[in-house]
Amino acid sequence: MLNIKGIWKSFGGLMALRHINFDVKEGDIKALIGPNGAGKTTLLNIISGIYQPDKGEVSFLGKNISNLPSTKIARKGISRTFQHVELFGNMTVLENIMVGRYVKTKAGFFSSGLKMPYVMKEEKEIQRKSEEILEYINLTQRKNELASNLPIGEQRILEIGRALATEPRLLLLDEPAAGLNIRETRNLGEIIKKIREELKITIVLVEHDMDLVMRISDWITVLNFGEIIAEGTPLEVQKNPEVIVAYLGDEEEIQRGYNAHT
Amino acid sequence: MKKGDLLVFFIFIFLIGLLPVLSGSTYTMTVGIFSGINALVAIGLCILMGYAGQVSLGQAGFYGIGAYVSAFLSLHFGLPVVVSLIFAMIVGAIAAVILAVPALRLKGHYLAVATLGFGEIIYIILNEWGPGGPSGFGDIPHFSLLGHTITSTTGYFYLIWCLVAGVMLFSLNLIHSRSGRALRAIHDSELASNAMGLDVVVLKIKVFILSAVYASLAGGLYAHYITFISPSSFSLFYSILVLMMVIVGGITNLWGAIIGAVVITVLPELLRRFEEFDVLVYGLILTLSLMFFRKGLVPILVEKIKKLKGLAVVKH
Ligand SMILES: Nc1ncnc2c1ncn2[C@@H]1O[C@H](COP(=O)(O)OP(=O)(O)OP(=O)(O)O)[C@@H](O)[C@H]1O
Ligand SMILES: [Mg+2]
Repeated sequence: MLNIKGIWKSFGGLMALRHINFDVKEGDIKALIGPNGAGKTTLLNIISGIYQPDKGEVSFLGKNISNLPSTKIARKGISRTFQHVELFGNMTVLENIMVGRYVKTKAGFFSSGLKMPYVMKEEKEIQRKSEEILEYINLTQRKNELASNLPIGEQRILEIGRALATEPRLLLLDEPAAGLNIRETRNLGEIIKKIREELKITIVLVEHDMDLVMRISDWITVLNFGEIIAEGTPLEVQKNPEVIVAYLGDEEEIQRGYNAHT
Repeated sequence: MKKGDLLVFFIFIFLIGLLPVLSGSTYTMTVGIFSGINALVAIGLCILMGYAGQVSLGQAGFYGIGAYVSAFLSLHFGLPVVVSLIFAMIVGAIAAVILAVPALRLKGHYLAVATLGFGEIIYIILNEWGPGGPSGFGDIPHFSLLGHTITSTTGYFYLIWCLVAGVMLFSLNLIHSRSGRALRAIHDSELASNAMGLDVVVLKIKVFILSAVYASLAGGLYAHYITFISPSSFSLFYSILVLMMVIVGGITNLWGAIIGAVVITVLPELLRRFEEFDVLVYGLILTLSLMFFRKGLVPILVEKIKKLKGLAVVKH
């Protein structure tokens, strides 16, 4: 469903991505891992249109989306979360989700100001759907709190909920487990699996928590210094010597993930 | 609209109806009229700044455009005032697009300077090429609708505050809608807004247009009420005055715009007794209120009420 061919991206003299080929099959959970500064976030930013690639092509559902701005890409069905949480902090939990419904609704300034009948109907629908999503991610009891007042774990879940509200086909998650404790991470894993199984949404997961990655992903791509060094199933990747070298110092982590999986 | 807003709205309508009965003196009504005109401009700026997070120091420009266009069209082309007012709003909207398309790429201080420049340009144009130049022009027709011409101050008071009520209703509906939420979202994070598929640029242009239309309407009403206008009413000073209204009232609450407009308009009148010290006392009050009520009057009031309610719940 997502095909990336020969992507290059540099920042000044720094080559953040070199000749990246990356494909995601519909219905998969595909993990993208690699040490700090490997270029994972940069790749997500290119897919979601926040950055434009220097070279190469991104296509989604058979259409070239390489040079579209992020707002257009979102409307094509790719939604995402951010490594540094980007919620609408001064809005309530429910309102954050409601903003996610923007792409699926129509009411403009004028018709909203005049409260035309179709606007009221649409608004009720936005409300209903958003509450349904809150229920789905288990945040209903937080509904009227300001998003910025939530603990980080719930903020990350809320970001996923907001992305779901756009009804994406593809969901990009950038380190959704960062800052979460073990219990929260397990809950997150369940939610991600549920999203794939029940909502049929394809997922790209950038994550440092190897436990989580090994447990829920179907495919893993390993990035190091802007290059792909390995690709395969969780078991294949864990045995790959290059990956182990790249993660030098993180060997324990890999081992732990391996044990969790077997 | 939320329940709280609805209640406040009814109280607001009630007060508008009541004031002329309690004190219908020409003086009270005149101060009331100016408060209402300023409130229209302040509501627009409040949505623009407090909700959408865009700065403007050029609202006087739109206010001036509204006044000159409506006055000129009704005086020289004999257009009915209602029609000339509509033209004034359209020209204001076009000016907003011309300003917004280049300026909205800018943020914060840069946007402030760009809008300030816009206000100054309009001011210079009115001075150089406006009818009557720096001394302006008069004989502007009074407001009339369906053959009824309004000339009395009480008439203008009702007219203007009815329009304030209408604009307020429209604005409250707007901010509690899909588009209003989108504006607040842009304020909080443009990055996330883009990623959620919001058309950030278009939304910014639209909210600029909205604030310009409100200001042009206010300018037009001012011209037909006062029947004589000159550029000096549309200088940077007015832009700053409106900014002060919005900030004193509380930028995050639409009702703050109305309260702020009334406070900033009425205050100098109350300070007349200090004679030559009035400006000094005025400045002092503003500085102190900004120091102690930084969030603005209305948001602080809302907090207090919420606290009281909270206490009441605890006691039960
Ligand atoms: N906007 C930018 N300007 C300059 N350099 C950047 C920019 N974004 C990323 N980089 C650089 O590109 C490289 C890849 O960064 P990226 O954020 O993609 O890494 P990452 O794999 O997500 O790392 P982490 O695991 O720490 O999040 C880093 O060296 C980073 O400093
Ligand atoms: Mg990253």
